[in-house]
Amino acid sequence: MIRVQLPGHLRLLAGVTGEIAFELEAPATQRSLLDAVELRYPMLQGTIRDYRTGQRRGFLRFFACEQDLSHADPDAPLPPAVADGREPYLIVASVAGG
Amino acid sequence: MGGVRVLVGTRKGAFVLTSDERRQNWQVCGPYFAGWEIYHVKASPVNPDRIYASQLNSWFGQIVQRSDDGGKTWAPVGNKFVYDGVAGTHQWYDGTPHPWEFKRVWHLEPSPVCADTVYAGVEDAALFRSTDAGATWTEMSGLRRHGSGPHWQPGAGGMCLHTIMLEERKPDRIVIAISSAGAFRSDDGGESWKPINKGLVSQHIPDPDAEVGHCVHHIARHPARPEALYMQKHWDVMRSDDAGDHWREVSGNLPTDFGFAIDVHAHEPETIYVAPIKSDQEHFPLGGQLRIYRSRTGGNEWEALTEGLPQENCYVNVLRDAMSVDTLPECGVYFGTTGGQVYCSADSGDHWQAIVRDLPAVLSVEVQTLP
Repeated sequence: MIRVQLPGHLRLLAGVTGEIAFELEAPATQRSLLDAVELRYPMLQGTIRDYRTGQRRGFLRFFACEQDLSHADPDAPLPPAVADGREPYLIVASVAGG
Repeated sequence: MGGVRVLVGTRKGAFVLTSDERRQNWQVCGPYFAGWEIYHVKASPVNPDRIYASQLNSWFGQIVQRSDDGGKTWAPVGNKFVYDGVAGTHQWYDGTPHPWEFKRVWHLEPSPVCADTVYAGVEDAALFRSTDAGATWTEMSGLRRHGSGPHWQPGAGGMCLHTIMLEERKPDRIVIAISSAGAFRSDDGGESWKPINKGLVSQHIPDPDAEVGHCVHHIARHPARPEALYMQKHWDVMRSDDAGDHWREVSGNLPTDFGFAIDVHAHEPETIYVAPIKSDQEHFPLGGQLRIYRSRTGGNEWEALTEGLPQENCYVNVLRDAMSVDTLPECGVYFGTTGGQVYCSADSGDHWQAIVRDLPAVLSVEVQTLP
């Protein structure tokens, strides 16, 4: 089970509290994980990745296992500790933008 | 008993202010969507309990919210605003080509005849329409594809389509305005458009009376006289009596004719209100005195309305969508400021009171007169 932590504003939009979790086919990637997030919570479409480009929005970052995955290949496998649920995948609003 | 509901969009959330028809005692609800910029909140004239809100911030982009119970509860609807076809370019501030990029919804205009139809004016300037109560949006690309599109430029606030005027009796007529391209009108339901800027003179463009390029800040009109349009341009207050085909200046004795907001009395089509601002470099009232000016003659002859407004040390702005009127027998006039005040006059502007004083900067004010 892959665990995802959303920033507070997106938890409110999605109507969830705490972490959300997903079962994905291996190998799970950032792209497949974000696709799953947007599929289950369609109100989050466009808020994490730009509709037009499909790219991460500029003031968001993706962290996991104390690493910044924001600029990593979105089709690369997630770190094993994220893929097996030991560590969460963090979608983080940067200290900017508001 | 009827009353009024004031829908306020601010830099950090939306607020709903309600009162009975005396408009003396107010209930303040909010913030809704706390922490988000709320550019505009507006209700359907067909179904007063249906309200749309444009919600955004720099982190997460654009959201559109809809309430079907008068603002008590809200749910996000569609936020996919994708330009039709190849978006192309407009001019950047320095005159170089710049790709059209969606940034935000400035204005939501519900249809006067269909509760499920709503229009959105966006930055970079384009007009979108939803016929399913906001679930999906389609660009009315005839406007952006007008031949002048590649020459449109942004104003200081961005290249925003901020004014949308629909006509109940002429459903094919739509008037819109863009900063800083000018005003445009469609007489065929949005298929084709023509600039309606004849008579506008703007010194900030190379050809002051060019067909497009004018920084129109807002347009208002009285529903009973839709051919008469009143415009607050960057500088100049203007009037047209032929739905925008020709404009003439009616700034008259205003102490400054720069400003953003303009509106029309609910029962007197020749009574109009503006909020003069010192200049385009100094976005605050002249002399630190917050004054609304009223003309009862459709322009040119203006009187300052000061009773109840701060007359010293006031350096706020009144933005383009931050003035509105109710339709009670004694017309109420409302405006919000960048200092977070929302003022109400229950007697057509003669006396004012602050409904609230310390909201985040007010971006928009719309008023519903409830049955």
